[in-house]
This record gives sequence, structure tokens and C-alpha cells, in this order.
Amino acid sequence: MNKSELIEAIAQETNLSHKDASSIVMTILDTMTETLAAGENIEIRGFGSFVIKEYESYQGRNPKTGEVIDVPPKRLPFFKVGKELKERVDSLK
Amino acid sequence: MTLTKADLVHKIYQTHDLSKTEATETIEAFLQISKDCLASGEDLLISGFGKFNVKDKKPRRGRNPQTGQELMLDARRVITFKPSGILRNRVNTGQ
Repeated sequence: MNKSELIEAIAQETNLSHKDASSIVMTILDTMTETLAAGENIEIRGFGSFVIKEYESYQGRNPKTGEVIDVPPKRLPFFKVGKELKERVDSLK
Repeated sequence: MTLTKADLVHKIYQTHDLSKTEATETIEAFLQISKDCLASGEDLLISGFGKFNVKDKKPRRGRNPQTGQELMLDARRVITFKPSGILRNRVNTGQ
């Protein structure tokens, strides 16, 4: 499922217009993105949580040439699936 | 500060012409449809944000780290998240 299919499904479920459903979905995603960009976490019960992990700089290697390079410090968002969703996904193997 | 469902409801309520109840119902629909998609085994691709993948893991031999005893871990199905380039950049630059 992609974003436009998600928006369409929400519009049908809630009786909102496609335009309104789309605007709400964008607000949700923008709010989540801004939260993570500010270095803050997200916790949605039953769905999962997002945390920002910080990495120190380290010396890496270009796998092709073997050249040693300095990898700058970075931050990455990590998703941890919530208990309810984890169990639902695993029960339908 | 951690962002929660209540914060998202509040944000929707502030930015759209909806009642608190309607804002809550819309968030619930968003989460329910996303969860139903993943629970059915289908990936969820949110362009600009990231992709939630459903992955099948094979059974493997594991070890109880406390006792060192070997045991068999069953096959399982898990969800992974790959952030989009846009999200990675925003998180890194803090903008």
C-alpha cells in the first residue's frame, strides 16, 4: 500500500473528502518528521515508537577501494514495532 | 518531549475544521488502516517519510544467553522501517 492508497482508504472510512484526508495525512507526517528532526521521539500505543539514535564519528572503509575514510557523526531514526502490531503480524505467517 | 497520539489529535484539531471527536477518529483510521495493511503481510510505503517492510525470518538455532543452552527459534514475521532520504536528511540537519 502506498500513501495515496492510504489516503483513499481513510477518506472512505471517515467520509472525509479526498482533499481533507490528504491534508490530514500530510499534517500527521509533517508533525512526525518535525518531531524527529528536533531529536525528539514518537510513541504511538499499539503501533510502535520512533527513537533517534546518535552515532559518533568513526573510521570506515570504502568497500570498493579499501581506502580509510572518516565517517562524520550522524543521527538516524529507528522504529520499534509496538506489541499489538508485532503480535498481529507474526500470527499470520 | 515525546510525541503521542494525543499530540497528533491536537495538531489535527488545530489545523483542520474538525471536532475533537472527528480528529480522533481520523487518527484512529490512519493507524488502523496502516496496521491492517502490515498485518495482512503487505508493505506500507509512505513517500517522503519511509517504508515499513514485512519480512519473513527463517527458523534458527539460538542460545539462552543466561544458561548457554541451545534452543530452536521458530520462523517469525517482523516489521522493519527504512527511513526515506528526505527524513534522514531532516533528522541529520535538524531542520
